Amino acid sequence: MSRLLVCPPDYFQIDYEINPWMRRDNGVDPSRAVRQWQTLMTVLEQEVGVGVERMQPVQGLPDLVFTANAGVVVGRRALVSRFRYPERQREEVHFARWFRERGYEVLTLEPSLHFEGAGDLLGFPDTWFGGYRQRSNIRAFPKLSEIFQREIIPLELVDSRFYHLDTCFCPLSGGDLLYLPSAFDSYGRAAIAERVSDDRRLAVPEEEALRFACNAVCVGKQVVMPAGCPRTTRLLEDRGYRTHPVHLDEFMKSGGAAKCLTLALD
Amino acid sequence: MTAVQETVFLQGHIIDSLILAKVLDTILMMGGTFDLQDVKIGATRDAPSQARIVVRASSGRLLAEILRAIQPHGAAVEREADCRFEPALAAGVFPEQFYATTHLPTQIRLDGEWVDVEGMEMDLGICVDPAKARARTIPMGTVAVGDLIVTGREGIRVTPLARPAERDVFGFMESLVSSERPHHPIIADIAQRIQKLREWHREGRPGAKVLLAGGPAIVHAGGREALTWLIESGYVHVLFCGNALAAHDMEAALYGTSLGYGLTAGRSVPHGHEHHLRTINRIRAIGSIEQAVRSGVITGGIMAACVQCDVKLVMAGTIRDDGPLPGVLTDSMAAQQAMRAAIPGVGLALLVASTLHAIATGNLLPATVPTVCVDVNPAVPTKLADRGSFQAVGLVMDAASFLTELARELGWRP
Repeated sequence: MSRLLVCPPDYFQIDYEINPWMRRDNGVDPSRAVRQWQTLMTVLEQEVGVGVERMQPVQGLPDLVFTANAGVVVGRRALVSRFRYPERQREEVHFARWFRERGYEVLTLEPSLHFEGAGDLLGFPDTWFGGYRQRSNIRAFPKLSEIFQREIIPLELVDSRFYHLDTCFCPLSGGDLLYLPSAFDSYGRAAIAERVSDDRRLAVPEEEALRFACNAVCVGKQVVMPAGCPRTTRLLEDRGYRTHPVHLDEFMKSGGAAKCLTLALD
Repeated sequence: MTAVQETVFLQGHIIDSLILAKVLDTILMMGGTFDLQDVKIGATRDAPSQARIVVRASSGRLLAEILRAIQPHGAAVEREADCRFEPALAAGVFPEQFYATTHLPTQIRLDGEWVDVEGMEMDLGICVDPAKARARTIPMGTVAVGDLIVTGREGIRVTPLARPAERDVFGFMESLVSSERPHHPIIADIAQRIQKLREWHREGRPGAKVLLAGGPAIVHAGGREALTWLIESGYVHVLFCGNALAAHDMEAALYGTSLGYGLTAGRSVPHGHEHHLRTINRIRAIGSIEQAVRSGVITGGIMAACVQCDVKLVMAGTIRDDGPLPGVLTDSMAAQQAMRAAIPGVGLALLVASTLHAIATGNLLPATVPTVCVDVNPAVPTKLADRGSFQAVGLVMDAASFLTELARELGWRP
């Protein structure tokens, strides 16, 4: 059974602005955020049937809910992120402790080499893709490639609204790819086309990408994604996926949705 | 003509991701150029590739902009080391691992800063003054005990010549040598350059001098009048020659012969073979060529024009010389030093009809000085190029025809 790391949104709010989505005057409705998060958990655990590990929320770390950025986990090894912004760098120690206490071998990169975990590193079993320029440093990828013995194709993120790779790029378990082509330049699009054939690439319309259609969790043929993305839903269902729409707009105020709120543990 | 450069290193899955292509395209789109060095492609899909890229730009500012643009794509400026240097332990002897120069613009890294090496010339060493953060080339024979000489290859940067903006014969930067090449367009290009350099020289601009290194065939073959006119018209500012060119030029002034042959009749005259000896003897009696000209003994020709037009004259002797004439440097190392001292400020070099002086001058010239080598024997320009003076344009033709055509192109109407 798949397991995901999550963190309850007890202290989730907008304390600072580090991406184009965040506006301090666009406050979070805490009870609504908690309800949305709990619905997501119910869908994941009961409808999709994955195991969920809840970590302890920490006061003063509002973005700890976005566990996708904790790091990357492969087997029993966890490489913990090096956040670009000081606001989130304080999360690193909590993620590292969680992994260590559960017996993972904890790895880190040199402090100056920013890398924001599974938010910027996604892929298929053979090939991984690394998003860079907005948050992660491209020079982290050769090191990750060496550590995990995987090919990592770096992709420049050219639109600051799609500041993590998981906001515009979602590999699906059947080998398909949900993505927003305009979030990449022509080199990136050509590199993607080189690895994922035409019939496997599902281009998401921009207005739905802006509703975080790509920020989806795919387990087997089931896809948990934000509500309000009918065209993406149709694209997925035409390919035989079962979709689970969940309202997550409180988290979108911070620039994240279903994928950002989870980290695959195995 | 030269460019600034920096070496960057790129690694990872840079080929299939098109990151390498993106970096190279970025360099070109921003107006820079690059050399790809040491490209290693990963043997398997998982294995990363790497590339070392020399980025060049026309200015330090553009280079900085390009580096700023490519660094986010992973291009890391390679950490360079300072150059190493050691004191010379004996006079006239370099340290064992001395760095031997090329004639290309060269910089060394001293205390983290890149410093231009002054007086670039091939086959020398580099002497460093760390206190003043300066470096200059130094010939082996002139090294003093304790001189700090650059050793090894670290912290040394040699810049290839950028293609010049001018689209003339020098723009191709290839020393093609062929007797079948049409001469006229090449000579027209040279004339245009010389014309421009004369204007610059008159305006007092640096690097505007024209150097001519020539052999006695100029006189024998009938190029004396043309060269005299070129000097008198202000087109030549430095003349390198041997005893013979000066002797036969003044023989012509005194006797109308060159090595005993009447220059107008073309026949040997009685006792003509003595004329050059009598000429040398006469000048020796007077004391100097300058005095011979100023006193009215030598009234025309190349030497007279040099004296009258204040042309810098360096005469280097050989073991076959008669006399020699006063002013001929018979210590070849002293002659080399005198020639070297006359090189700064030269913007064009014409090496005409002398294997010895052409090669010697070619060795002393930095690659940034456009050079023309004229000889009836194709082996001379070939030899010059083989010895590293790749910037030299070779012209296979006789000296008199070359000088006459060049002078005509510049307005000479004899």
